[in-house]
Amino acid sequence: MPIITSDKTQPTYDVIVVGSGAAGGQTAYTLTMEGLKVLMIESGRNYDPVKETPMFQTDGQAPLRAANTPDKPMGFYDSTVDGGWAVPGEPYTNASADPTRQFTWWRARMLGGRTNHWGRISLRNGPYDFKPHRRDGLGFDWPIGYDDVAPYYDKVEMLVGVYGSNTGLENTPDSSPGVLLPPPKARAGELLAQQRAKKLGLPVVPIHRAVLSVRQDADAIPAKLHPGNPKAQRLLAESMRSRAACFWATECGRGCATKANYQSTTVHLPPALASGNLDILTDAMVREVTLNAAGKATGVIHVDKKTGAEGRATARVVVLAASSCDSVRILLNSKSARFPQGLANSSGVVGKYIMDTVGAALGGHIPLLENLPVHNEDGAGGAHVYIPWWLYGEQLAGKLDFARGYHVEFSTGRRMPNVTTGANLEHLTGGSFGRQFKEDARRYYGASVSFASRGEMIPNENCFCELDPVVKDKWGVPALRFHWQWSDHELRQVAHAQKTFAQLIEAMGGKVRQPPAANPLTAIRPGGNVKHEVGGARMGDSPKTSVTNSFGQTWDVPNLFLGDGATFCSNADKNPTLTIMALAWRMGDYLIGEMKKGNV
Amino acid sequence: MKPFPQRPAAGIDRRTSIKWMFAAAASIALLDENSLSAATPASAVGYGTDPDLQKTYKPGDLWSLTFTEDQLRTATALCDTIIPADSISPAASTVGVPAFIDEWISAPYPEHDQDRQIVVEGLAWIEAESQRRFQSDFGSLILRQKNALCEDICLVAKAKPEFKTAARFFKRFRDLTAGGFYTTPEGMKDIGYVANVPLASFDGPPPEVLAKLGLA
Repeated sequence: MPIITSDKTQPTYDVIVVGSGAAGGQTAYTLTMEGLKVLMIESGRNYDPVKETPMFQTDGQAPLRAANTPDKPMGFYDSTVDGGWAVPGEPYTNASADPTRQFTWWRARMLGGRTNHWGRISLRNGPYDFKPHRRDGLGFDWPIGYDDVAPYYDKVEMLVGVYGSNTGLENTPDSSPGVLLPPPKARAGELLAQQRAKKLGLPVVPIHRAVLSVRQDADAIPAKLHPGNPKAQRLLAESMRSRAACFWATECGRGCATKANYQSTTVHLPPALASGNLDILTDAMVREVTLNAAGKATGVIHVDKKTGAEGRATARVVVLAASSCDSVRILLNSKSARFPQGLANSSGVVGKYIMDTVGAALGGHIPLLENLPVHNEDGAGGAHVYIPWWLYGEQLAGKLDFARGYHVEFSTGRRMPNVTTGANLEHLTGGSFGRQFKEDARRYYGASVSFASRGEMIPNENCFCELDPVVKDKWGVPALRFHWQWSDHELRQVAHAQKTFAQLIEAMGGKVRQPPAANPLTAIRPGGNVKHEVGGARMGDSPKTSVTNSFGQTWDVPNLFLGDGATFCSNADKNPTLTIMALAWRMGDYLIGEMKKGNV
Repeated sequence: MKPFPQRPAAGIDRRTSIKWMFAAAASIALLDENSLSAATPASAVGYGTDPDLQKTYKPGDLWSLTFTEDQLRTATALCDTIIPADSISPAASTVGVPAFIDEWISAPYPEHDQDRQIVVEGLAWIEAESQRRFQSDFGSLILRQKNALCEDICLVAKAKPEFKTAARFFKRFRDLTAGGFYTTPEGMKDIGYVANVPLASFDGPPPEVLAKLGLA
């Protein structure tokens, strides 16, 4: 079974999976390895990183030196296809005109979704992160704890390949022995930050990223992941053997033709397709879930994005993994007499409590890094170290004026020159030009650093989405309208982060480029801008206050599941992708069990 | 999220990029299905949301260029005043930087419209000022004369009031010249970028770097 067109779908499937990213990819992998027949429906085009990734291309080979444009908002070589902050023909709206209350929504219309370009940062939620309300009385607890998810974190890390180290730091879980791949050595600026951060009490440790620092153990891992399933073991081993170790060049955001990092299209989908149990329908946008008279899901209606033609697919089970807000949109658009407020929404919680990651940055110039001997700092195409949140104790003792933490991500080094190289140096050069400018450019290259906070946002009543009463997409399907408002917790967190970064830059002997913002609303990135939007259909213990049970099974429709970040009850500072994959695998195991028992 | 660290918004500040983001989302949201194609002219003439990432592009491949012969001559002379040849690398014009600037100011995107105006007007000012001071076109001036003219406009903060606008142009032009130059193979070599090559292992900074940082 392969990539197919609408007229080639089977009459029915065991499971329809809507979406092909981290959630859809993991769900399809888990189910097809166990023999279920799956139809995956993706709204974007087919995409093959092995053939399409620009490896080694330099910015000088691209239009406009690969600068960001409205067509490619993260630069020409970013792997995103047909996506960005605005997707032609697929609008969304904001309820408020207030610039501080905007939500921005990044979408990618391509096989593999946003896993093709993501930062590969793979951090586990810790025990506190699943029970935040219990700890500080804010937000919501999950119906599951760290121990429920830990085995799945191990499994996902072994499957996709994650480098990092076990630090034993508070609420920063270790992986089981032998799971992590060795972390790469730190770069010069990272090491300098590590040394100087010590005085400030900041722990700089290896970050975890889904990049193969060495090749995976294809002889041992498959048997651990698929005990008693020789076919799955064989398919996974073949897939693992087709992946190369990182060759320490080319940014991960371009994707990876040698499969050295994780993207759904190189890790989840090839073995799932090789199983013979997966059909993938691309360029098909699901508009609604269909129901039978008994209120059970029967399949979906989709629109062929090239022709506008409507199609149907049927299955015993439907899993929405379209990305949090797109899954919410499908639920809200699946209205019926039985579900007038949208499908699986008897609680009224669908669309509510959406969260992003809290982000702010501060950069500076470090004289010590000037004129360093020439050397190669490309590394793993992303950061090698980070600072996990370190003030749990102070927070618990009431010494901070905000709840929940942030981790710190680094940007340092002699990165591949781009169109901004040599720009904006006047504060250092006094406006030099000519031979002096060339000397200055050599001196200052690689001597700047930037630190960014990635922090936890507490879900609030003012952050939600609903169907826009007027605006529809080009196929006539109602669009989403967003409401957004930060609370003081997020704003104070950002102020704390910028202050910390200024201290760190000074401790490195440097100078901040701009002082921390007087008004944190000017420093915080807009809602959605970190592209970690989760929630909108949270899981819980009760059908009255949540949309799904702890396995992503909707309370109202037992054969309808949510596989993506929509079910998140909180959004820890840890980047959500790894948790999305772990929960999708857990959901898949449960679903297989329920189908075997005849419960769905 | 991608990915922090992410490339800095090329040539634009955060406020500008966020402005685009909202403008783009809002303009599409406000339109009905029929007016949609008409309202996104940029993508009709830009490279679109799914360009070929593998091929090598040259200025003029995607949209027609702006510079007249005279403007190109001025731009070339100014590029080489900012980045002249030295013992390490060639001058900016030797590696195609004027053509890159032409490509940049001709691109069908909002930020580039602004730069087109800044650059075209700035080049005209350079010629007028060159005639006023030296009764010669800029390209024919000797180095000392070119430098004298540029000295007055090389730093916005210090420029006299009558030179402020020209200084803002010069800043933009210097940034573009540098970005154009350091993204060429010659420019990357000059600045000390030796990566973008496959390695069997990543060994971290060499001992001389650690020693210089006091980390050895």
